[in-house]
Amino acid sequence: MSEIFTKSMARNIYLGGSVFFVLVFLGLTFDTTQRLPKTDNRANLTEQVALGKMVWERNNCIGCHTLLGEGAYFAPELGNVYQRFGQSKEAIKGFIKSRPVDGIPGRRSMPQFNLTEEELDAIAEFLKYSSEINTNNWPPNING
Amino acid sequence: MSEVQLRYKTQAVAKPYFIAAIGLFVGQVIFGLIMGLQYVVGDFLFPEIPFNVARMVHTNLLIVWLLFGFMGAAYFLVPEEAERDIPSPKLALALFWIFLVAGALTIVGYLAVPYATLAKITGNDLLPTMGREFLEQPTITKIGIVIVVLGFIYNIGLTILAGRKTVINIVLLTGLVGLAVMFLFSFYNPDNLVLDKYFWWWVVHLWVEGVWELILGSILAYVLIKTTGVDREVIDKWLYVIIAAALITGIIGTGHHYFWIGTPVYWTWLGSVFSALEPIPFFMMTIFAFNMVNKRRKQHPNKAAVLWAMGTGVMAFLGAGVWGFMHTLAPVNYYTHGTQVTAAHGHMAFYGAYAMIVMTIISYAMPKLRGLPAMNNRAQVMEMWSFWLMTVAMVFITLFLTAAGILQVWLQRYQPNALPFMAAQDQVAIFYWCREGAGVIFFIGLLCYIGSFFVKGDNNGTAAAVVPG
Repeated sequence: MSEIFTKSMARNIYLGGSVFFVLVFLGLTFDTTQRLPKTDNRANLTEQVALGKMVWERNNCIGCHTLLGEGAYFAPELGNVYQRFGQSKEAIKGFIKSRPVDGIPGRRSMPQFNLTEEELDAIAEFLKYSSEINTNNWPPNING
Repeated sequence: MSEVQLRYKTQAVAKPYFIAAIGLFVGQVIFGLIMGLQYVVGDFLFPEIPFNVARMVHTNLLIVWLLFGFMGAAYFLVPEEAERDIPSPKLALALFWIFLVAGALTIVGYLAVPYATLAKITGNDLLPTMGREFLEQPTITKIGIVIVVLGFIYNIGLTILAGRKTVINIVLLTGLVGLAVMFLFSFYNPDNLVLDKYFWWWVVHLWVEGVWELILGSILAYVLIKTTGVDREVIDKWLYVIIAAALITGIIGTGHHYFWIGTPVYWTWLGSVFSALEPIPFFMMTIFAFNMVNKRRKQHPNKAAVLWAMGTGVMAFLGAGVWGFMHTLAPVNYYTHGTQVTAAHGHMAFYGAYAMIVMTIISYAMPKLRGLPAMNNRAQVMEMWSFWLMTVAMVFITLFLTAAGILQVWLQRYQPNALPFMAAQDQVAIFYWCREGAGVIFFIGLLCYIGSFFVKGDNNGTAAAVVPG
């Protein structure tokens, strides 16, 4: 870089550029939060869904699964599992309940979490709520 | 053998930080190998160490050892740049032990009890922050991290404010303060999943594609000044341009995470355009490192450190820049989101940008912390072997995961009769085996790296006696 482009010019681009884009980002964040009610399915965000999210978190489900594509890639996407399981909360509960304690020889298997009936209902409700978030048509198909 | 003294004696506190960083790195890779095997032998260590636990240990150890590395780097380079000692080396050492013990207890907690039990006994209900990717630490650990970082910034900040203010110092401090501030968003965990995800990225993205780049840039600039002797004015200018490009692209670039999580559609445009520019700062880092080394005014005796510095430039560009760009445009990301393509990118980017910059500063600083200008030649040769083993292994890990990812997209999402998740996983198993093989090579490289610290030579410091670092 030649002498025409000085260190103080570089510094000003850094300071001006970052301050400008921080402000733009804050503005966009404000706008996003204003628009979210239309897409984030908050109408169905019940107490039970909130409990379901707690169950989801305290069993570290994200350590194997993705939810809306984020998480670990060891086990299936769960943002659309409600649809994949035929829109059946019972099917979701049944799957979680039936996991063998010692796993399946040679295969990946979900641990047995010994959830209570209340927790099972909550996690199923949470996954239903998640599946109704407007995600721009993601995932591309039912497999997630 | 010529003993060299540290210019400022409190720089010595960096040493335990670096040692801990390397130790935790070993743990990270061991758990990586466990997970890699679980990908193909699904019941390996089940139910004792389920995959989610191994992954938590793997990723959390990564974060913690990088933080140890950054802190060690700051304690080593800030006194030299500011031309004064840090105010409280005792505090720095106390914080070291607090951080190490808290980190170790957290890992033991992950391994010893079910995660739900850990959540219960650490009082997660009072302030639920657990169970989110990378932020799995119990809330009390998170509070501990904040306290450690505040004490650290106190030490470093006071040194800089009272001393000589160089561009490197100020940029490093900005990055470290940014790191602390963005981490506070880990305490925000709303019931609304979309809001939760939106601000979760303020920690994760604005760390690794934001403020951490300031830390990376300043450490790289420091090592290049020291090893090449190029004029500080030139290096400062590069540093400013690089971090300007990083923040100008990276802040709005956060939008590439806002495509499919319930956020407004305009993010597909903003995220695509700005994140497509995110390779620019990394490319500039590559050019920067090579240019400075080409223009060097001295032959520094620590060739290994120069190799790490150049390697950082190249691998950060490949991992963060090229592999990031590969799946960052919304129409591509629609298919690749949440697949092994992401894992491929994550591995090379973290290794190339952050693991390697920490090894760069360790390589430069550790001999000095041991009273040597540079390691002896045999030790350096071994260190350079470890560089190549780890780096080439990481390239292959990335290539195998990319292959697995592309196939996964095709099998599971693209072809007409798309397969369910596990059926697709079974079909790509061969690539997971290859990745595990490359992982073993990486581990051997890491053992060589550690071995290099113990290699005795007969020419200790002879080269360096001519040109002091």
